[in-house]
Amino acid sequence: MPKDHGIGASTKRREDLRFLTGRGRYTDDINLPGQAHACFVRSQVAHGRLNGVNTDTAAAMPGVIRIFTAADFEGVGGLPCGWQVTDRHGAPMQEPGHPVLARGKVRHVGDPIALVVAESYDQARDAAEAVVVDIEELEPVLDMKAALAESAPKVHDELTSNLCYDWGFVEENREAVNKAFETAHHVTTLELVNQRLVPNAMEPRVAIGDYNFATDDSTLYTTSQNPHVIRLLMGAFVLGIPEHKLRVVAPDVGGGFGSKIFHYAEEAAVTFAAKQLRRPVKWTCTRSESFVTDAQGRDHVTKIELALDAEGHFQAIRTETYANMGAYLSTFAPSIPTWLHGTLMAGNYRTPLIYVNVKAVFTTTVPVDAYRGAGRPEATFQLERVIDKAAREMGIDPVELRRRNFITEFPYATPVAVEYDTGDYNATMDKLLEIADVAGFEARLAESKARGKLRGLGVNCYIEACGIAPSQLVGQLGARAGLYESATVRVNATGGLVVMTGSHSHGQGHETTFAQVVADMIGIDEKMVEIVHGDTANTPMGMGTYGSRSLAVGGSAMVKATNKIIAKARKIAAHLMEASPEDIELKDGRFTVAGTDKSVAWGDVTLAAYVPHNYPLDEIEPGLEETAFYDPNNFTYPAGAYACEVEVDPETGKVTIERFAAADDFGNVVNPMIVDGQVHGGIGQGIGQALLETTTYDEYGQLLSGSYMDYAMPRASDVPFYVVDHSCQTPCTHNPLGVKGCGEAGAIGSPPAVVNAVVDALQRAGHTHITHIDMPLTPSRVWAVMQG
Amino acid sequence: MYAFELVRPATLDEAMTALGAEEAQALGGGQTLIPTLKQRLAAPAKLVCLSGIAELRGVCIADDGAVCVGGATPHAVVAADAAAHYPALAALAGNIGDPAVRNRGTIGGSLANNDPSACYPAAALGSGATIRTVNRDIAADDFFQGMFTTALEDGEIITEVRFPVPERAAYQKFEQPASRFALVGVFVAKYASGVRVAVTGASEGGVFRWAEAEAALSADFSAGAIAGLSLEADMMIGDLHGSPEYRAHLVKVLTGRAVTAAG
Repeated sequence: MPKDHGIGASTKRREDLRFLTGRGRYTDDINLPGQAHACFVRSQVAHGRLNGVNTDTAAAMPGVIRIFTAADFEGVGGLPCGWQVTDRHGAPMQEPGHPVLARGKVRHVGDPIALVVAESYDQARDAAEAVVVDIEELEPVLDMKAALAESAPKVHDELTSNLCYDWGFVEENREAVNKAFETAHHVTTLELVNQRLVPNAMEPRVAIGDYNFATDDSTLYTTSQNPHVIRLLMGAFVLGIPEHKLRVVAPDVGGGFGSKIFHYAEEAAVTFAAKQLRRPVKWTCTRSESFVTDAQGRDHVTKIELALDAEGHFQAIRTETYANMGAYLSTFAPSIPTWLHGTLMAGNYRTPLIYVNVKAVFTTTVPVDAYRGAGRPEATFQLERVIDKAAREMGIDPVELRRRNFITEFPYATPVAVEYDTGDYNATMDKLLEIADVAGFEARLAESKARGKLRGLGVNCYIEACGIAPSQLVGQLGARAGLYESATVRVNATGGLVVMTGSHSHGQGHETTFAQVVADMIGIDEKMVEIVHGDTANTPMGMGTYGSRSLAVGGSAMVKATNKIIAKARKIAAHLMEASPEDIELKDGRFTVAGTDKSVAWGDVTLAAYVPHNYPLDEIEPGLEETAFYDPNNFTYPAGAYACEVEVDPETGKVTIERFAAADDFGNVVNPMIVDGQVHGGIGQGIGQALLETTTYDEYGQLLSGSYMDYAMPRASDVPFYVVDHSCQTPCTHNPLGVKGCGEAGAIGSPPAVVNAVVDALQRAGHTHITHIDMPLTPSRVWAVMQG
Repeated sequence: MYAFELVRPATLDEAMTALGAEEAQALGGGQTLIPTLKQRLAAPAKLVCLSGIAELRGVCIADDGAVCVGGATPHAVVAADAAAHYPALAALAGNIGDPAVRNRGTIGGSLANNDPSACYPAAALGSGATIRTVNRDIAADDFFQGMFTTALEDGEIITEVRFPVPERAAYQKFEQPASRFALVGVFVAKYASGVRVAVTGASEGGVFRWAEAEAALSADFSAGAIAGLSLEADMMIGDLHGSPEYRAHLVKVLTGRAVTAAG
């Protein structure tokens, strides 16, 4: 019998009423009195020397209030990078400056050069077109390997080269790994591209700066996944505003997928301009601007080698990856191809020796940073693809080869610095084979054949490190921030309560799931719990939402705070019933003296806390409000197995996904319906990457796929009905809810399943020369490889 | 977009007068022009909206049986009202874009724009349609003069498109993955006088007739009849979504499928 409330119930999302009836309040819905409008002048070229900006004509145009250029930002800091990677030789990464507005050079199409503020957006845009920019074009830097040549033009003149870092992990294992390859029975090698993706949140970015000269308070309304992080970065490193004079509000946010983690130039620019002008300044990104300014994802070029013994046991893994940083270091960019990528290279398997080499490269393209999965999809894709290739080469069933190498004992310390606390990879694989009806594949294959279609089956596993992150560990790895989370629980006199969380919901349904947890702990109706997030003025300092961390880290902080509330409430109840606190039990919203029929209701206790007439004031403070911070002592490790069945039209190369099944182990699950939705969305994004999406720059560094006319997003007709299951649950051993996180799994696990399936279909049809196809597997690309 | 004057004439005469002005531009359903304006890639001083002219809207049947579509008729109306008379044409119209596009976009606008990936040019050329304007009748064979280029003079409004109804016909579209325009689209129509095969999406020269396939299919209207044919990739479009060779290949595949679908 499914639960109808509390932890484990598929409570309908309370936020959907406002989202589905147009009552959501997004940043662009905010219009402040006296507001002016901003339009940015952006570089139209990929690389050039910025010799001058003439604003004379533009400044005289109707409605123009002021035009800002880099000269106005002298003395203002640059956009900071939140992670420092140390290279193979112990040296820090090369870290270029990142001015708010381009200074001296422009480094990608879309690089902001000037900010025009006018009475209306159209006036700002007209004037922006009239700003004359003198740019001496330089050779663009596009291909990563070419960018590392001695003779390559440099993106940043002040650096010694375009190499950000050359990272080796674990460097001490390098020789041992090389030796293992020399003596291996079999080595499988795969070269692949994990293509660059444009994030495409439904809501484009918006930023509104506001300034109150009477109080010297600045406020930034912005589309962010982590308002406190933006306040710290922008306040402390860019504009020099202390936290108590800076408020950052991220109201309803229409999707982030990572792209709204980062601190962007536009946020600092409008906050700065608002103070200068003593007027609110609003900027709303157009979709076209999003394509050239939102930090993009992936963009790895990789060679992976897998060494196996005669029985197919993995002996060693060696990888070499070129990771594109784009023109500047976005907030967390250096960590993505390193600590969120190399640490997952063990996958679900016992491989004693692993060496990961990553060369991060600057190019004259849009910066690259975290995008749903962030490093983990790149790790999973190459590993699960090379395993499939190895299985084929060695004549071992791909599922059997995986099982032969599964980690089965926990905790398990990998050779890439992480310790998996728990898991059961055979259980998720068993479940997958059942729900995917793998046994029925042959019959479906025959049916496809009869219709002239090729059919293939792809199976793979994935593991990810979520619940980001143990602060001390990531501090050692180069993080410049703590990655704990916070919650304040404020109980009101009549028993309702408000949870103020440092997590941020931009589609995940926290307002529903967080309320389920707290209501369940106390035994009250979920409707008595309100979740507040997204405003630094009324939430404790927290690090926001990304990396599938909200429930595992933010939820844990909330549980800690709620436990403090319950402990205090128990004392009050004990006083009211003249009993000892140790004898008080809380169940279904009532405090009972154990072994008696004496009880008081939750509401009696909360009222007593605020109307302390009969109250032990000498022992306990009145009121009922607690704050907790939670810093995890390990990552969480969601894992699972995915299966995809495709049909390929041999005449056109068109791939259609016929079936898709996902068996995930997320540990305990608070709201199964919301988890299903997260997995569905993630798989949809993974299928988008596998079949459709590509970010293509031409030889001049112009983005060819710069609109939906050329950038193919997945649509309902591109995806099948998914079969998802999360009944295999090995609860996380180190957080109070036993949860692992589910937000990114679908996007991590699905791309290799699709590609494995297509390669399988082509192999079965006799195209035995095809061992890999780079994503996206568009009809033209599949057709081309079939031609040989 | 830049500021412009919007004129909404109720009659064709008013429209003609308005279009006589400097920098005036006709606005059909706006499915291409409005996005172009939003991106500030065009700056007409005056837009003359044709969608309010009743005499330009609707589907009727001529005495000779031809399906006549008013120049300002939206695709959705063609999809509904031509279905009983010319199912292949109606099906093509019903598959252009999405419902919003089909309820705004017009046949006249599509043909006058002559986007190399649009569907309607294939139907018009494949049917040997007559494009009737305020001044004259233009045979489809003369109308399409290359990518985004037609025989229309400045300010010349398409009032009607007359489609002779074939014995059998079908349109096959292979969608470009992002825009869902035709990466390649092939319209095949069998008339007593012979078979016409019109191809959109594929060529640098815009919509074209595949003469060899027409000859083969006129002799034997079956997919097998074109088995030995192939198209040169020389003049085909090559872009992110398909090479010239791929498009040339698709033309043949889709021609075969269209013949089969035509039955």
